[in-house]
Amino acid sequence: MKFSLRTICALAAVLLLIGGLAYAQGPGDSKAVTSRNGEYFDKAGNPTFHIENGKVDWYTYAGYIRYGANCLACHGPDGLGSTYAPSLVSALKTLSYSEFYAIVAGGKKDVSASSDLVMPSFGTNPNVMCYIDPIYIYLRARADGAWGRGRPTDHEPVPEAYTKAENQCMG
Amino acid sequence: MKHASRKLLLLAGVVLSSALAIGSARAQDELSKMSANPNDWVIPARTYDSQRYSPLDQINASNVGTLQPAWTFSTGVLRGHEGAPLVVGDVMYVHTPFPNIVYALDLNNNGKILWKYEPTQDPSVIPVMCCDTVNRGVAYGDGKIFLHQADTTLVALDAKTGKVVWSVKDGDPKLGQTGTEAPLVVKDKVLVGVSGGEFGVRGWVSAYNISDGKLVWRAYSEGPDKDLLVDPQKTTMLGKPIGADSSLKTWQGNEWKIGGGDTWGWYSYDPKLNLIYYGSGNPSTWNPSQRPGDNKWSMTIFARDLDTGMAKWVYQMTPHDQWDYDGINEMILADLQINGQTVPALVHFDRNGFAYTLNRDTGALLVAAKYDPAVNWATGIDMDASSPNYGRPILVPKYETSKQDVNVTGICPAALGTKDEQPATYDPQTKLFYVPTNHVCMDYQPFRVAYVAGQPYVGATLSMYPPPGQTNMGNFIAWDATTGKIVWSDPELFSVWSGALSTAGGVVFYGTLEGYLKAVDAKTGKELYSYKTPSGIIGNVMTYMHNGVQYVAVLSGVGGWAGIGLAAGLTDPHAGLGAVGGYAALSNYTNLGGSLTVFALPKS
Repeated sequence: MKFSLRTICALAAVLLLIGGLAYAQGPGDSKAVTSRNGEYFDKAGNPTFHIENGKVDWYTYAGYIRYGANCLACHGPDGLGSTYAPSLVSALKTLSYSEFYAIVAGGKKDVSASSDLVMPSFGTNPNVMCYIDPIYIYLRARADGAWGRGRPTDHEPVPEAYTKAENQCMG
Repeated sequence: MKHASRKLLLLAGVVLSSALAIGSARAQDELSKMSANPNDWVIPARTYDSQRYSPLDQINASNVGTLQPAWTFSTGVLRGHEGAPLVVGDVMYVHTPFPNIVYALDLNNNGKILWKYEPTQDPSVIPVMCCDTVNRGVAYGDGKIFLHQADTTLVALDAKTGKVVWSVKDGDPKLGQTGTEAPLVVKDKVLVGVSGGEFGVRGWVSAYNISDGKLVWRAYSEGPDKDLLVDPQKTTMLGKPIGADSSLKTWQGNEWKIGGGDTWGWYSYDPKLNLIYYGSGNPSTWNPSQRPGDNKWSMTIFARDLDTGMAKWVYQMTPHDQWDYDGINEMILADLQINGQTVPALVHFDRNGFAYTLNRDTGALLVAAKYDPAVNWATGIDMDASSPNYGRPILVPKYETSKQDVNVTGICPAALGTKDEQPATYDPQTKLFYVPTNHVCMDYQPFRVAYVAGQPYVGATLSMYPPPGQTNMGNFIAWDATTGKIVWSDPELFSVWSGALSTAGGVVFYGTLEGYLKAVDAKTGKELYSYKTPSGIIGNVMTYMHNGVQYVAVLSGVGGWAGIGLAAGLTDPHAGLGAVGGYAALSNYTNLGGSLTVFALPKS
């Protein structure tokens, strides 16, 4: 999971282009069918959550933390939106993983006479990009209704591969 | 002949320089004189002492119940409306959040727009403003209106025409530096600070010439002594010289360069002492383990000479901050009776939950007490002058957030503090301070972050909730700063996020996040009037008189940090899985808006 920041920006640009050409693809079926190193994937191969009896997978838990660190300041606690930034619990009902990734990496502007909403591009920020999968997985769980408000207290232990990748990415 | 002409020249020189002295003294005294007129509101806090008290008494405790809106004005902008308008003679100056429009309204003509100034700013500054695209107001002086823009541009406009007289760029938004606070004009200078404590911005205060925008001095909050504008032997803290390298000694490596200590709050001035007073914000990052040391001079009250910027005294309230308790709240200057003596005091209601009373001449610490009983991260401030911890908070270890990745629960106050920038007021009649407060606690978990210029450098996540067993998220209180005691306390559903105003009529005004403009009795706190304006109030109530009628005005437009944290409602993280519901959600009471409501008594 080594992120070359230049690669991220290039990828984001491509995804933005694809996203712009197609209708919103939607997240698809969120059921986890495979897993690799503690991260779960749906049948389309996109990252997803795995929550059973109130116990969340590591990535959902890490996503709660990293969402709080990087996104809460605009999008509010638990992804529910603020007076000016939209609810991500709503947005993730219609955004696909690649659309989400493109917006976070490339930013988004909606500036007109009646609004001045600007989301920055986080593509060069390892504090966000190194944790983009956990953040997506957490918000996907929220949008799906699989996880409610508040901090997950019961979670799977941190996979070794996660810590390795995190250290490599953050430097 | 030569002798006589030299004498003549000398005489001419003396006459000329004294004429100049008189001339500049006139310019120097301009705002002190103008602010003595209670009909106007020429300084953001009305007067240099920041008491926000008005001698106007046409509106009083017996008739305020009949108050009604007299006129309104839509700003044309959405998002958080902080600050208040100015009134200079027959013109009212109204400012807005980004894009930072300034309107000059004709009070003789039902608020007709005399001129409008809308700067062109790159919208990419918007996401670099941590806590909404707010602006706390314009300043007036020397026939000019001074606007501090989001992109850190300081522009001087001709007060009559709105034309740009001069413009300077004070910082760089690409490095996370932005402008939100109101400038302060004092004598021949205009002061501005900088925002960006969540972006690793090393804070400073700049003083520019009001005539031409030339930079006169700039004082940083961290770094080498020459950047701090301190004298190691003459600048003191609690009576002792701070010594050489007072800041550098309290940081590791180069962390001070991205050290925070930003200066986005309010500024006060004492003309007799010629000192300006302000506070510095949180050190960067929110993860304390990445910045061992006291992190001086973040979280500090500064007293600086207006002309040179040199610090006379400093006082750091929260060394090695672990909770984001910025020290930027207003410094209220009042002469108080303490232990039978009249003390030139400075009173400061800090984010950390302690209300400080200091001697504003010497920097001596007189009182430090909790102004919300829920405050728990420290038991008190060490007031023993002989103790090595003199002036430092007495920490409660279980509320320290020193371990990376560990979630610390139940800390009060939350990061938004017992009070944030919303200013309190001092009433010299009742000798009480009236304070808009927050009543919210938090869980706080820090973790490692990397610094990237222009990107957030935070490193902690938090969840907030009212103190256990309580549902009100705010209180409006009356405070005695000579004894450190709450005199009365009115609970509010949400944090009280507006600036308060006290008046000679015995009435105190404030606004609520639901949008109510309220008037309460200064002696008892009893509610005397309430009116729901179009949107939540995070602005400051002000008052002025025009053609013999007293008006009370306040901006409405929900947003700011309250609009982020409270919009969806808080939940109790300790209620256990499956707990339904939580606390009131601000979004159930109000929406975005942008308007000014001006109230007056009914025409008789």
